[in-house]
Amino acid sequence: MMSDNLKVPTMASYLAEGKQPEVLFWVGCAGSFDDRAKKITKAFVKILNNINVDFAVLGTEEGCTGDPAKRAGNEFLFQMQAMTNIEVLNAYEVKKIVTACPHCFNTIKNEYPALGGSYEVIHHTQFLKQLLNEGRLKVEGGKFKGKRITYHDPCYLGRANGEYEAPRDLLRKLEVELVEMKSCKSKGLCCGAGGAQMFKDAEKGDKEVNIHRTEQAVEVKPEVIAAGCPFCNTMMTDGVKNKEKQDEIEVLDVVEMIANADDL
Amino acid sequence: MILDYLPQILFLIVLIAAILFFAKNVSSLKRNINLGRDVNRTDQKNKRFKKMMRVALGQSKMVTRPIAGILHIIVYIGFVIINIEVLEIIIDGVLGTHRIFGFLGPVYDVLIGTFEILALLVLLSVIIFWIRRNMMNIKRFLAQELKGWPKNDANYILYFEVVLMVLFLTMNAADLQLQLMGAQHYASEAGIVGSFPVSQYMLPLFDEMTIDTLIIVERTAWWLHIVGILIFLNYLYYSKHLHILLAFPNVYFSNLDPMGKFKNLDAVTKEVKLMMDPNADPFAEPETDGDEDMPEKFGASDVQDLNWFQLLSAYSCTECGRCTAECPANQTGKKLSPRKIMMDTRDRMEEIGKDLNKGKEITSDNQLLDNYISREELWACTTCNACVDACPIGIDPLSIIMDMRQYLVMEQSAAPVELNNAMTNIENNAAPWPYNQQDRLNWAKE
Repeated sequence: MMSDNLKVPTMASYLAEGKQPEVLFWVGCAGSFDDRAKKITKAFVKILNNINVDFAVLGTEEGCTGDPAKRAGNEFLFQMQAMTNIEVLNAYEVKKIVTACPHCFNTIKNEYPALGGSYEVIHHTQFLKQLLNEGRLKVEGGKFKGKRITYHDPCYLGRANGEYEAPRDLLRKLEVELVEMKSCKSKGLCCGAGGAQMFKDAEKGDKEVNIHRTEQAVEVKPEVIAAGCPFCNTMMTDGVKNKEKQDEIEVLDVVEMIANADDL
Repeated sequence: MILDYLPQILFLIVLIAAILFFAKNVSSLKRNINLGRDVNRTDQKNKRFKKMMRVALGQSKMVTRPIAGILHIIVYIGFVIINIEVLEIIIDGVLGTHRIFGFLGPVYDVLIGTFEILALLVLLSVIIFWIRRNMMNIKRFLAQELKGWPKNDANYILYFEVVLMVLFLTMNAADLQLQLMGAQHYASEAGIVGSFPVSQYMLPLFDEMTIDTLIIVERTAWWLHIVGILIFLNYLYYSKHLHILLAFPNVYFSNLDPMGKFKNLDAVTKEVKLMMDPNADPFAEPETDGDEDMPEKFGASDVQDLNWFQLLSAYSCTECGRCTAECPANQTGKKLSPRKIMMDTRDRMEEIGKDLNKGKEITSDNQLLDNYISREELWACTTCNACVDACPIGIDPLSIIMDMRQYLVMEQSAAPVELNNAMTNIENNAAPWPYNQQDRLNWAKE
């Protein structure tokens, strides 16, 4: 394994040098603070570093997009966050944003333009797919070749924005045996974290949504549950632990699998 | 002789009465839908029209559940095509003619033959629908919100359709027998008018009957059939079956944006912009036109706070429950059911409508929130859009849930405690967790 010697330039340092990066990496709150999600962030940066993609982050100038506030019903707080972020993004004249969080992706892509923030926003799986198509990124089977993998569609990437294929295409490139759960793609079942549920207890019911979803995943007997969202990742990881399957089933982000396959 | 025209006069009276009553119901419907706030859904006419043709006329989303979908398409095609026959029945009724389209000759034979086969297929489909609804334990038909009237309503519709199809075939069979017997007014010199691939097998029923008895049978079936259709037309307003009309406008006016894009409140935008403008004078008199744009309240606690499309959708919903079947909260035993959100919205609208029928004022003390939709239901939603995707006619129950959450949070500060904590964190340190914003890049050094 390579050491965690990451090159993570900030927009401020780029500006100081009078440069514009090819793309802004929007890390998001989970990607910045959550221990599990930080690994996803680092895996993505390793890949970007490895193939010399010219990117920068906002660092301490980044703030919550406001997605959980909006979906909790607090439009005021959402717009405060949005406008603050838009001011920063516009000041840096940002054109293209990539993020590993489907919630950040959806909010910046769909809800910021009407507030004055229009950018090309893509999910990290879409970005990697672009790099692959341009020949800048090489993805080969590696350690996941032939392994049984199921992909969990994040609601805010799949149904909300119609992207089902980019993450699957990347997995196919890894030459895995891709198996689909009972509910997938436009019928994909939520992990239970969306709509600010991540930050509150669930209402009374028979079971937790993440357990229900994990059961669907366990049914297809995967070695890895691939995810594309830090919150889905947490929910599925908890679900797998609840089912005491953590020794048999790993929960990994698509980008971690690509980084791992390359042994980055 | 006036007596000769009596059936025609009677028919005209029944027809006009039915149309007037229907018009009255349509005007109540329009009044109730207009209780809602305005929303712009008249842009992109071309795209909307195409979506309507594909989703409503073309039934494209029905077949995601193949059994119910295919049966529905049969009943739907049967309904649309057999209505051509209703046109002839109405003209015959007004003019006192017998099968006025008979002059079409072979084309007419094909038409009547097609109607008969469709009638039989509809009959079979409707019977399967009844079995599915009443004898098979299909979860979406067993839900709490379907108990009582909604279940009866669904069955009444099926009984109606069975009776109408049987009457249609009986009428044709008796007519055929009368033509074969050379009865005056029925038989034509040109031979048999129409072809009867299904009802011909009913002829043995009429073997012993005289022409007079047969005429009574044929006339009775004819009258019951057309009166039945007119009653059915007027039953729609009181029933979930309104979807046969409203599915079309509902799809036309449905959301064209990505499902993940939730609308931004303009009034909030103004306020936030003012707050963030360093040149704004916080003590300045508020601009007068600004006040007009301010909504009376944020979000929705009652149907008047929703927009007209959401209210139209409540009337368009046929309670199929595909939304609820896909809902992760519902699947895991939570109280939330997107179908119930739509049914409650309609019930509340009707309650207000009844007040308005009596006088100009809304006298009921109820509101949509708490009296119909509980907070527990609203907070169980993960905003995953599965319900929205599942709806075959473009209904968006999630938008109602969001509007009501907005009311709870912005007007009542009534979010669950843990959510308030997360929101306070976002406000203070720009993340839903209590981490310092200055530590946001620490991961890069760890």
